[in-house]
Amino acid sequence: MLRLDGIDAGYGNVQVLRGLSLEASPGEVLCVMGRNGAGKTTMLRAIMGQVKLTAGNITLDGARVDGLPPHRAPRQGIGYVPQGRRLFGPMTVAENLEIGLMTRGKGAATRERVLELFPRLRERLGQVSATLSGGEQQMLAIARALCLEPQVLLLDEPTEGLQPSMIALIRQTVTALKATGVATVLVEQRVEAVLSMADRVAFVENGAVAELVAAAGLAADAPQFRRYVGV
Amino acid sequence: MKALALHLALIGALLAVQVVLPPYHYTNVARVMVLAVYAMGYNIAFGYTGLLSLGHALFFAAGMYATGLAVHSAPALLALPLGMLAGAAMALAVGLLALRTAGVAFMIVTLMFAQAGYLTILYYGPVTGGDEGFVLAREARMLAGLDLSADGPRYLTALAIFGVALLANLALVRSGFGRVMVAMRENEERSRMLGYDPFRTKLIALTLSGLYSGTAGAAYALMFGYVGASFAAIQYSILPLLWVLLGGAGTVLGPFFGALLMFYLIDLSSSVTDASNLVVGVALLVLVLFAPKGILGTIRERGARWLP
Repeated sequence: MLRLDGIDAGYGNVQVLRGLSLEASPGEVLCVMGRNGAGKTTMLRAIMGQVKLTAGNITLDGARVDGLPPHRAPRQGIGYVPQGRRLFGPMTVAENLEIGLMTRGKGAATRERVLELFPRLRERLGQVSATLSGGEQQMLAIARALCLEPQVLLLDEPTEGLQPSMIALIRQTVTALKATGVATVLVEQRVEAVLSMADRVAFVENGAVAELVAAAGLAADAPQFRRYVGV
Repeated sequence: MKALALHLALIGALLAVQVVLPPYHYTNVARVMVLAVYAMGYNIAFGYTGLLSLGHALFFAAGMYATGLAVHSAPALLALPLGMLAGAAMALAVGLLALRTAGVAFMIVTLMFAQAGYLTILYYGPVTGGDEGFVLAREARMLAGLDLSADGPRYLTALAIFGVALLANLALVRSGFGRVMVAMRENEERSRMLGYDPFRTKLIALTLSGLYSGTAGAAYALMFGYVGASFAAIQYSILPLLWVLLGGAGTVLGPFFGALLMFYLIDLSSSVTDASNLVVGVALLVLVLFAPKGILGTIRERGARWLP
């Protein structure tokens, strides 16, 4: 279980997170919503160690992960797919996956499991990743993170800029991950995507969780979406 | 398999061509092979890991001077690995400090280290020979019974060192660590978020680069019998960059073809004009305009994607 306990963090003198607390359990999809600047991406960056905490702590299965160098978080079992995908463009699909597999010494069995989730990538293993479509690049970014066999997967707006068929595919993948026991923390702005994937939704405002509700209790016109996201 | 066959074919071709080479080119090609090892080392840092260094002459000179000085009191068979290690150790020491910077700052810091090394060589003239350097006696250049002052053994020794370096380079870039080097070049932050420590990766890459540079410097001293401060000057930091750019950064064969072409471009143009640097400059301009990825890089881009 990933647990954020009263974390404060920011950039220089600008404090972004103010006592933010959250938990993500194995097999759960926790969506984080909020307006621009609310602190969603900063929260993910804090989990990855890219932003230092000034208060609070972050634990994974009871062990502190805050304060570690950023490259240690993936080795502890936290996968991160940032906004904008950021693949290694000149490398092939297979080589991108290999980079993910090597981090925690995973092999062919893990690769096979990941490719079962993304059969389209299997057809393109030898293709240079820069030449993939936007949706395929997003799939590859998620697949590469899954090659770590993470306990926790952090996704920052994975459906941004994608066509509906690709969004549906990513939704299927995130839903399928529940059965594998991965805890998914998903920063997302699309209400329909959130409602179709999330188990719980955390609404973030001014660097803290303002409301945490079960997704099943939310409708597309729920007042929380208007209040915290502005839709 | 195709890539390995191509690299073995180049080694085979270099072995075969010695039969027909006239004496002048015999020495030149041996020299090019040694310089290509230096270029391969530079390519590990620059072409594969994205470290644009202006201080590699320090690593080349470390190998050259360590071997050149050691060979006065030790057999060449010991002096050669000592020079190799000196290049690697120098790169490790420089990397521990210089890799705390990046980009332009890294270039400047490596340049400053190399200049400090160059000035140190000049300052300690009684040991290093200062500006004039020193010549290695023929008997000091006997490597396991091979007289490296003779054309044949020199060529074959250069080919052996080049062949081992080339195949090791191929193995390196196809290994997991080779992929991480490329990942680091492409996106350091993303690599970090996948669990790779940029400092450690770059330090290892730079040390390997120093090992290659030191090997080339040590081999050069033994094969051509001269150790001089000019090999530690900035020109020798810029040359491998040009060889790599000309041949194709991030390709295994590029450094060899870059060094070969540049060597003969200078050699041929200087035989017809005093303005040989102008000819080289024009050639480089044409290359940047029409094949910015270098010779092998362009070939790879235009279809031979399997080229490592």
